[in-house]
Amino acid sequence: MAHAGARGDSIFGGLALAATAFVLLVLAGIALSTLIGGWPAFARFGASFVARTAWDPVQRDFGALVPIYGTIVTAVLSMLLAVPIAFGIAIFLTEVAPRPLAGPISAAIELLAGIPSIIYGMWGLFVFVPFMADWVDPWLAASLGRLPVLGALFSGPPLGLGMLTAGIILGVMVVPFVAAVMRDVFTLVPSALRESAFALGATRWEVVWHVVLPYTRTAVVGGIFLGLGRALGETMAVTFVLGNAHDFNLSLLAPSTSIAAAIANEFTEADSATYLSALIALGFILFVVTFIVLVFAKLLLLRLARQAGR
Amino acid sequence: MSAPRPLLRGRRKAVNALALGLASLATLLGLVVLVWILGTTLIHGAAALGPHLITQMTPPPGAAGGLANAIFGSTMLVLVAVLVGAPIGVLAGTHLAEYGRARPFAELVRFVNDILLSAPSVVIGLFVYQIVVRPSGHFSGWAGAVALGFILLPVVVRTTDETMRLVPISLREATLALGAPKWRMITQVIYPAARVGILTGLLLGIARISGETAPLLFTALNNQYWSMDLGHPLANVPVVIFQFALSPYDSWHSLAWAGALLLTVFVLVVSVLARTLLRGRTN
Repeated sequence: MAHAGARGDSIFGGLALAATAFVLLVLAGIALSTLIGGWPAFARFGASFVARTAWDPVQRDFGALVPIYGTIVTAVLSMLLAVPIAFGIAIFLTEVAPRPLAGPISAAIELLAGIPSIIYGMWGLFVFVPFMADWVDPWLAASLGRLPVLGALFSGPPLGLGMLTAGIILGVMVVPFVAAVMRDVFTLVPSALRESAFALGATRWEVVWHVVLPYTRTAVVGGIFLGLGRALGETMAVTFVLGNAHDFNLSLLAPSTSIAAAIANEFTEADSATYLSALIALGFILFVVTFIVLVFAKLLLLRLARQAGR
Repeated sequence: MSAPRPLLRGRRKAVNALALGLASLATLLGLVVLVWILGTTLIHGAAALGPHLITQMTPPPGAAGGLANAIFGSTMLVLVAVLVGAPIGVLAGTHLAEYGRARPFAELVRFVNDILLSAPSVVIGLFVYQIVVRPSGHFSGWAGAVALGFILLPVVVRTTDETMRLVPISLREATLALGAPKWRMITQVIYPAARVGILTGLLLGIARISGETAPLLFTALNNQYWSMDLGHPLANVPVVIFQFALSPYDSWHSLAWAGALLLTVFVLVVSVLARTLLRGRTN
């Protein structure tokens, strides 16, 4: 009887351990398989692969600079938009909204996070791109586009496609993630701290700015980096609205591409081993960059969790 | 000390009102975008709804048709992904909660699992392309299901781990005191106690993978015809939406909107269901 129990225990425990090790294996597998798949491209073009703008399937000459640039610019634009809005939403939910209202609004914002990214992409292509082309782009080109240095960022025909549109849609997608992290960590602030500040006569905004934010600073930055990780790797939403152009263009209003969009658009069209390898190499670069950003984010979030646990 | 000057107090009040006003505006903006996106999908999608969606195949350009093969394909992909990913995920979560606890190995796996949770799905698609599609020589439904399974896995691991750790320690002690071996304690006491939480995790995972498109582009690809064979390219709703939306044909656009509506309604219903289950448990 006891013997059978011990046998069952070692079988069950072994299975559970194997499944756990499998999780580690998946991460290692992603890194290794994309490195191996991209190796021919890395070997052929060397380190300059990441610094060249060439993208010529006919001559089989590839460089990753344009997609890397597009990925970084769209992600940064999205964070410029998402961070203040997410901060506002988190303040509203924790400080302004009356209790019965906070729950439903919180749930609605979380619904925004649940919408599949391809729906954002379609909405972007059929609704938001025409909106940008008709209203925003011409206005930007006529105002900011005339400035001496900054103007280069806002020049070109108002197509509606491009890094600005992609950055805005990414920003909308990332808002709920960042807002949820901020809301959760804001509630971790000990009420004694908040109440002391109120007792001294501080306004709600002063409590947020001078008490809540300093206390949760590392976790807030962690949440922002979590959002950045999402924005860097997001595929469908940007593939629809970037325009898939590999020509280097400073203008945020001109068609461009990103790592994820290039892979999604061109993978099934890749007609040579070098082409395919270049796309997988892009995937490897994307994985390494998001991995670093996410590790940084998690470490910052863990710090507050530990601090609050004490 | 003198009382604060009225002017200063007025300024602080104004800053407070401005900041809170902007915060409310940000929330309003978020809700407006939510309504805008859902409203667009509903209006365009509802116009294209009809029984033909589930009776006819995806058409060639210009012809009439439906989404029957894509809906069936997506169902198969998600089903197989759950059958593959869920058991592994639950077992791994079990190890973390019951065996690993706070040991360094368990903490490392939790950390890695959280990274996987946010890892770009397009890269997971490339991974499966390398380990399944390339060795087998062709795109297939199996590869698509495996890719979705890898995306489901970390969701299940995390929720299983979290809900099992919430089960009171007294239940464990009572079971062990009766002389039950640990595996019986887990399968017959802890699993039933954590049932709702594990189910919630599964539903959240299903909501997540149902809309995934990027990883399917390099694995299941698409198939214009009815196919029940997972050994070959398999039609699925997300990839059909992607191809039809980017095409120049109006009839394809309207099918893409219909697919988008079906997908959005399914995903939102599943996530609301998951949330309701979760709330029922905490109350």
